[in-house]
Amino acid sequence: MTFNEIEVEILGLIEKDSRLPIETIAKMVNKSTDEVTEIIRKFEDLKVIVEYNTIVNWRKVDGHEGVTAMIDVKVTPKRGVGFDEIAERIYRYPEVKSVYLMSGAYDLSVVIEGRSMSEVGNFVSEKLSTLDSVLSTTTHFVMKKYKHDGTIFDYGEDDKRIVVSP
Amino acid sequence: MSINNRTQYLSKTVSNLKPSGIRRFFDLAANMEGVISLGVGEPDFVTSWAVREACILSLEQGHTSYTANAGLIELRKEISSYLNRTFSVDYSPTTEILVTVGASQALDLALRAIIDPGDEIIIVEPTFVSYGPLVTLAGGVPVPIHTNSEDEFKLKPEQIEKVVTSRTKAIIICSPNNPTGSVLTKEELVEISKIIKKHNLLVISDEIYAELSYDQKYTSFASIDGMFDQTILISGFSKGFAMTGWRLGFVCAPTELLQAMLKIHQYAMMCAPTMAQFAAIEALKGGMQDVENMKKSYRQRRNYFINSLTEIGLTCYSPGGAFYAFPSIEKSGMSSEQFAEALLLEERVAVVPGNVFGESGEGFVRASYASSIEHLQEAIKRMKRFMEKHS
Repeated sequence: MTFNEIEVEILGLIEKDSRLPIETIAKMVNKSTDEVTEIIRKFEDLKVIVEYNTIVNWRKVDGHEGVTAMIDVKVTPKRGVGFDEIAERIYRYPEVKSVYLMSGAYDLSVVIEGRSMSEVGNFVSEKLSTLDSVLSTTTHFVMKKYKHDGTIFDYGEDDKRIVVSP
Repeated sequence: MSINNRTQYLSKTVSNLKPSGIRRFFDLAANMEGVISLGVGEPDFVTSWAVREACILSLEQGHTSYTANAGLIELRKEISSYLNRTFSVDYSPTTEILVTVGASQALDLALRAIIDPGDEIIIVEPTFVSYGPLVTLAGGVPVPIHTNSEDEFKLKPEQIEKVVTSRTKAIIICSPNNPTGSVLTKEELVEISKIIKKHNLLVISDEIYAELSYDQKYTSFASIDGMFDQTILISGFSKGFAMTGWRLGFVCAPTELLQAMLKIHQYAMMCAPTMAQFAAIEALKGGMQDVENMKKSYRQRRNYFINSLTEIGLTCYSPGGAFYAFPSIEKSGMSSEQFAEALLLEERVAVVPGNVFGESGEGFVRASYASSIEHLQEAIKRMKRFMEKHS
């Protein structure tokens, strides 16, 4: 799908901050609010804008810290459907946050979020490893999130400029 | 010793020099809480990480000695190739480029190299605050030209004609302009070049905001037909590359002019800071995408800011470059100083009164949009409330 420059620009603005008011976006790209609303609706209809999410630092919410694991999965691809079928069987589980087909030493990269290490462990041993096509899994637990999807957690770079300058 | 006795040592030139009007505003705003400052003449971006990292690496490797007077040859080569590919001007890295301590030092060198006592230098008002004083300090006489908002504060060739005398040596042109944000088009520069040719003047072209031209491809004055020999091109890393604190600029000119500046530079400065020069090499080699990204963000914020200012009664032409809006405050019925002071005290938004930039800036204020969109939205909210109260 091809879009014009302004449309792509609007997409970039929303990706960075989905709460930016329509009126502000309209002024930033020199369009009317109606035009911008229309463009955004088009992106939503076409599923170019898939969803509006919020990045939450759950580590700061007591009792909800949770654990994230990245699992390298080796699988046997199937004739006709390749990796797609096994990928689908994995991504249907709600605890699976993302699934990517990778080049290199393993095939699928699976990101899991759970309440505890044992919960993630159970998922891997009982659900993931037992799938027919899965040959092996290697699980890496995330110990600390520094930066996620372009956002640095706990980033306090305040304005260091003097208030008035020539 | 009384104050009078102490000041007897000062030169008359310096005693008579007026302190910058910006200073007073700085003192007023600096100690206030919760101020949104649109009074800042520098990018809100921090220098990109790769550039900072290059500086750190140079320190780790022990590059802590002087460089050649003209600057690291590797940096001069990068500057030469950058100017060539970006603005189609051709300067030799060995004889026509000098790395300076900010564009400010470049400007000082250029003026000191060309001025004999009493020489006149034309300055376009509203003007960057340093031009006049630097001319005076070099022994010259600043001669102002007043531009106005109807012309989007653009210099007209006939205005030069009106002030030229037998003592006129040069004119300082700054485009994109601080404080007005106005940009001269190629066609306008060509028209100006005809008068320059006719009177055999020198142009000191301050192109520090060249990277921040939003509506048209930037034209360097040195690239105008026949103008190479009569141009001193000044630029630097402060604005486009978000490197104000590094104090790194450069000046380019035909050999004879540049070597004269180099003579002053070698006695008065030796060389620009070595670590900043290493950082600048990285900025030119790998930092152009960051420059593009920052430029895009400034353009979006400019559009938002200008549209919003106009909506709340602070009429403003759309500035083509830099990161300043220069709206008229006529509706408020106040002077520039009154407006800026009242806006600061009542709504805690800092802008710079236009008269600081010369007479023709009266009736305007300079508001920088080099601030996050969140801050700009809040500033507009406060300014709207202010305008509703005062018009």
